[in-house]
Amino acid sequence: MINAVKSFEHFCRAMAMGSGLLLIAILFMMAFLGWPLIESGRFIALFSTEWNPQGKSYGILPMVMGSLRITLLALFFSLPMSISAACLTELLAPRSLRRLLLIAIRFMAGIPTVVYGFVAIFLLVPLMREYFIQGSGFSIITASLVLAVLIAPTMIIFFVNGMQSVPRPYCAAVDSLGARPMQKFVYLLLPQAYPTFLVGIVLGLGRAMGDTLISLMLAGNSVAMPESIAESGRTLTAHIALVIAADFSSMEFTTIFVCGLTLTLFAICLILSIRLLDHFGSGRVIQVENPRRPGHE
Amino acid sequence: MNRIMERGLVLFCWIFGLLPLLILLTVIVYLLIRGGNALGLELIFGKVPVLDALFGHRQVFDGLLPALTGTGLLVILSLVLAIIPGICGGIYLAEYSSPGEGRMLGLLFDIIAGLPSIVIGLAGFALTIILHRHYPGRLGPCLLLSAMALAFLIVPYLVRTTEASLRSIPLDLRLTGPALGASKLQNIVFVLLPARMNDLIGGIILAIGRAAEDTAVIMLTGAVASAGMVRSVLEQYEALPFYIYYISSQYSDAAELQSGFGAAILLFALCGLLFLLAILLEHGFSRRLKR
Repeated sequence: MINAVKSFEHFCRAMAMGSGLLLIAILFMMAFLGWPLIESGRFIALFSTEWNPQGKSYGILPMVMGSLRITLLALFFSLPMSISAACLTELLAPRSLRRLLLIAIRFMAGIPTVVYGFVAIFLLVPLMREYFIQGSGFSIITASLVLAVLIAPTMIIFFVNGMQSVPRPYCAAVDSLGARPMQKFVYLLLPQAYPTFLVGIVLGLGRAMGDTLISLMLAGNSVAMPESIAESGRTLTAHIALVIAADFSSMEFTTIFVCGLTLTLFAICLILSIRLLDHFGSGRVIQVENPRRPGHE
Repeated sequence: MNRIMERGLVLFCWIFGLLPLLILLTVIVYLLIRGGNALGLELIFGKVPVLDALFGHRQVFDGLLPALTGTGLLVILSLVLAIIPGICGGIYLAEYSSPGEGRMLGLLFDIIAGLPSIVIGLAGFALTIILHRHYPGRLGPCLLLSAMALAFLIVPYLVRTTEASLRSIPLDLRLTGPALGASKLQNIVFVLLPARMNDLIGGIILAIGRAAEDTAVIMLTGAVASAGMVRSVLEQYEALPFYIYYISSQYSDAAELQSGFGAAILLFALCGLLFLLAILLEHGFSRRLKR
């Protein structure tokens, strides 16, 4: 029996370690395949603004900028929506609506991205083309609007959790002083729960940056450096998908592994910053005796 | 904060806060209006009689059956590959690991969960390139490769759900088994895991949804627009999300577009169904706790 217990523990450890170490294996694999590009002395040129496979210049900067712009714009559109929805579900809405909102938002987190993209092509793109921007309607702003909807559920869930984790005695004190809901939000919940809010925002950023289908389907995918948000642009993720679909030629092909590495490094930075925020946040909550609200599900 | 500003904030919250709900409704209504008339047996089976198609007597060319079976097989295969590492990894993190080791592994799993799915697809693709250099012609982009990449995608979810549900077990329940003389393994297998079965199954269902909807991974690892029915796991295949993407970019006529809408409704309904199942399980669980 002792033997079985020990071997089960070892098996579990192997499984955990194995899946964790696969990440490192993947990093090495991509670095290995992207190596020719770095070795050939074009590493600096990678971060130039020009992408022109005929002229042998493989700058991925337009894609990096495209990714950053779409992500930040999506965040900009999504924040007011997410914070308002979180306030509604925690403070303002009547009880019955709160449940409905929360369930609808959790459901939205599971809607396939490709369905969002598909609907947006036939609903949002003509709208943009007719009323807001010139040209085809496929642009950075179109993609970021849809991405805003995509990342909203992630952020709302974190905002709501953050507000619920504010110590019960504080809430009671503020309530008994006669605070109205928005006063409670601005003076108590926001200052107390902002580390969790930030974690939600960072995770939303990660989701927006990592999404492929929305930008691939809606952003237009031109490789020129975008001048304005109403123009077409290409993200790192869409670039990987497009180059793989297009061809197998040598140097152009190796750049996608550099793109992949860039995305991975970005993801790692985000997770590390979340860790820091968590550390910071937990330091604040530890001071109180009963950090969890007793009545919460 | 004066009264007017507060009123303004409340109004702002109501307008923007209901926006997600409104968008959800718009998506559903639009899909049903535009694609509702595409629904029917013909959408899935084309013009082939249902029984003939199901038993493989005749090939379905203009229906979604190949894409549906492709997605189904893909999800099952990736779940089979992911479930043991996922649950065992979660058990290890919750029950066996030392704090330092747990933090380290937790960080790795968080990073994997945060990886863009296209990077995971790219990794799968890179594997075929490297294998191709050493053993030419053995393993190309195929169903098995996609399932492996998807499994890697959902492992962190499974690990985290298992870990969280085991950690949430109250101390008295946790100590009862050992007090009666059960070994740690017996305690885990016969007490702790069954106590949180609902959470585990809920997590697995959500992971299934994640695997079923992902498009970026399968796009790089072997999904194609027309492959017919799946014959072997070592061949390219059709899948529902990829079909939707493909139709959106290169539909040639109204009928094809219509079947694209049909496919979108199907995928939407599939994910909705999985979500409903997970919610029901969760509620069943909380009711049992109250009793």
